[in-house]
Order: sequence, then C-alpha cells, then structure tokens
Amino acid sequence: MRSEFFLRLDRWARNLTPFGLTLTLIVLGMLPVRIPDYASVAPVLAAISLYHWAVYRPHLLPFAAVFLLGVAQDMLSGAPVGLFALVFLTFYGAVVLQRRFLAGKSFLVYWFGFAIIWFLATLELWVLASAFHVTLLDMKAFLFQYLVTAGLFPFVAWIFLRWQQAFLQQA
Amino acid sequence: MEERPSTFLRIAAPLRGFVQRFTYLGLILAAFGLMLVGKVDTVLVDRARTHVTDAVAPILDAMSKPVTTFTRAVDNVRDLAGIRAENARLREENARLRDWQMAARQLDAENQAFQKLLNVVPESAVSHHTARVIADSGSGFSHSIVLNAGKSQGIRDGQAVLGNDGFVGRIVGVGSRASRVLLITDINSRIPVVIESTRVRAVMAGNNSGRPRLLHTLPSARITPGQRIVTSGHGGAFPAGLPVGIVAAVTDGGIEVQPYMRRERLEFVRTADFGLGGILESEDRADPAIGGK
Repeated sequence: MRSEFFLRLDRWARNLTPFGLTLTLIVLGMLPVRIPDYASVAPVLAAISLYHWAVYRPHLLPFAAVFLLGVAQDMLSGAPVGLFALVFLTFYGAVVLQRRFLAGKSFLVYWFGFAIIWFLATLELWVLASAFHVTLLDMKAFLFQYLVTAGLFPFVAWIFLRWQQAFLQQA
Repeated sequence: MEERPSTFLRIAAPLRGFVQRFTYLGLILAAFGLMLVGKVDTVLVDRARTHVTDAVAPILDAMSKPVTTFTRAVDNVRDLAGIRAENARLREENARLRDWQMAARQLDAENQAFQKLLNVVPESAVSHHTARVIADSGSGFSHSIVLNAGKSQGIRDGQAVLGNDGFVGRIVGVGSRASRVLLITDINSRIPVVIESTRVRAVMAGNNSGRPRLLHTLPSARITPGQRIVTSGHGGAFPAGLPVGIVAAVTDGGIEVQPYMRRERLEFVRTADFGLGGILESEDRADPAIGGK
C-alpha cells in the first residue's frame, strides 16, 4: 500500500518533469542579467526544452501544457498575450512531426534540426509581433535573439539529455 | 462478449486521433483569440498580467538576489583594478562640481527670490519610493521590467520611474507586491518631451529598439545631435524637466534619441508620485488616442 503510494508519487513527479523544467526556464529567462545589451538579445530558453521533450517524450507534454507555457511566457515577458502560445504550439507541433527523424541521431543533426525549426519559429514571431503592433519591428533584435538561443542550445540540451538518462529512463 | 473490446477499439482509436488533432487546432485558435482580445481589451489583459506577475513575484524576488550579489562581486573586482585612476578622476570632478554647487546655490536663492516676487504657484510635493528590479524580460517584443513593490508600498498606475541616469518609464500595472514598468523604449511608450536648449516640443515614441524616435516636431525646428531632451510636462502625466536623453542622430528616417537610461544598470529605481492626476485615470487607460497601453 505504502510502496504503491510512493510509486504513484514517483510516476506523477516524472510526468510533471517536462512541464516543470520548461516553466523553470521561463522564469529563469526573466531574471535581470546586468550585461550591456543582453536584454535585447536574451535567449528563449524554453524553446530548447520544448524541442527536447517533443523529440524524446511528447506524451509527457501534451499540447494543452505547451499552450499554458506559452501563455506564461507572454504574461511574464510583457509580450502580446497569445504570441508565444501560438509560436510554441506551432514549433512544438512541427518538431513532433519530425521526431522520428531527429531522435537518436548524432548531436550535430539534433542541434541542426533545432536551428532550422526555431529559425522558422523566429520568423513567425517577428511576423506576428509586427502584425500585432501594425508596424515592421526591427528584425535585428529577433535575429540576435535567435543566434543566442541557437548558440546556447548545446549546453541546455546536454543538461536535458543527462537529466533524462538519470531520471526518466523508463517513463 | 468477446466482440465488445474490439468494436470499442475500432471506434476509439480513430476518435482519439481526431480528438488530438481537434485539440491542437482548437488551441491554435485559442492563441489567436487571445491575441485579438489583447489587441481589443488592453485593460483586461493588463489586469491578468498583473495577477500572474504578482503570483510569481516572490520567486523572482528570491532568484534575482543571487544575480545582484554576483554582479556586485564582479563589479567590485573590476573597481579594485582601476581604483587609483578612478580616485584621481573623482578628485578632479569633485573640484569641478564644487564650482557648480556654488553656482547652483546662487541660482537657487535667486530663483526663490524671483518666485516670491512673482507669486509663482508652487509645484506639488514629490513622494519617492525606491524599489528593486526583480525581472527584466528582454526581448524584441516588449521592453518592460518588474519591481518588487506594489500597492501596499504606495505604487500607483502612471507614476514616473527614475533610475540613476534619468527617466526610465512609467508604471503600467500594479499588483499587491509587484508592479510593471513600461520602459521609454517600448513600442507602446509615448512621452511628451522638449529639447532643453531650444524648447522645441516633441513626442518621444519607443520602437522596441534601444533608440526611441522623436515625432511631431515642427519641420522648421533645428534639431542637431547632442541636444539634451527632458520631459515637457505636457499632458500632466509627468513633471517637466526630468532628464530623458540626448539627440543621437538626425536622418531622413527620423530623429533618434539615445536615452540616459541604461537598461543593464537598472538595479534600484525610484518611483515618483508628483501628485499629478494626469492622463492615466483608470477609465481612460484603454484610450488609444492618448497612447496608453
């Protein structure tokens, strides 16, 4: 009885891991880092997390959870509400469609896949944000933000792969 | 009896796929809907945002402290390296500032004498609150920061926010323990300003880049790089004379302003209540005609 309870608690914690980790990255991304010009190119760390779970454990992160994460990012960052919800959903959907191709490949292919799909998502962000404000926003900030995110990908993805090997082997 | 599960599966399996696809499309539409609601009803969205920020504020508050400590430690080490040169520079500056202090005292006394002579209506008293920056959501979509002070600390919507270097922005959402500041560089920001030396009026509009632009200037006005820009006090939102920035470039595309505010240096800011009702009475806030967010 007791062990069954803990087993259940354990499974429950495992199932919440992807959502919890992504939410943590969203909150971490809000911290004021005092590096000149960092604010305008701050990476979207949550995208890396979404990519990882879409490839390896999509059943642990349903679309509704992705939607909620997007809304959280919008609410906290001050972006138009719904913007990141939409971009996260399309990004996540696109990665899930390609997951059979991406899973188990070399890390370089894995990284490259992220770079391509997140680039399209960044374009989508720029188009949607520009449409929302009815003006062409400065594309430079978006491009730099993209480069920083893609550049940080190996570090964050490595931590996620390790985490998965350690805790989510049989989930 | 044996038929049952297979019939069930035959219907359930495609149904499940259908439901999943339907959920996905439904969520995409919901996200679109949210954006439309955000465009139409800014007050509602701002309120929701305030609540969410308020809920996360304690976490942000706690997590931003180590960041502050770390950057301070790095600054300390950097300062130690240049302490001699810095000391010499400060002595020189101190001597110069003494001259200025003398001039300021004389002018202040003169000014008060004139004001008494002319029966000038006194400016209302200012009350300051100092708050720590606990979140800076850097992105190309919005320029705003979150402070660790809210209604209970006396923060109100529309108050001016000042940093060490100059005018930073205004309060756009107040929760019980956190509030959001719309920076002057945000695309929704419109600040009535005046060129200090020539008294040419303009509206400074943010564009989500580091350099806002001046709008609605007279074509005949001569604006050159290096001129100081201060708030004009028009519209009753902010008092006149708060330092905003300098003219950085005058091109065909517009007049660019380099704000005094340095975003990465914002650690503690002051919110100033000048007792001006201004344009931000709550029922007017959604009026796009006044550029409110």
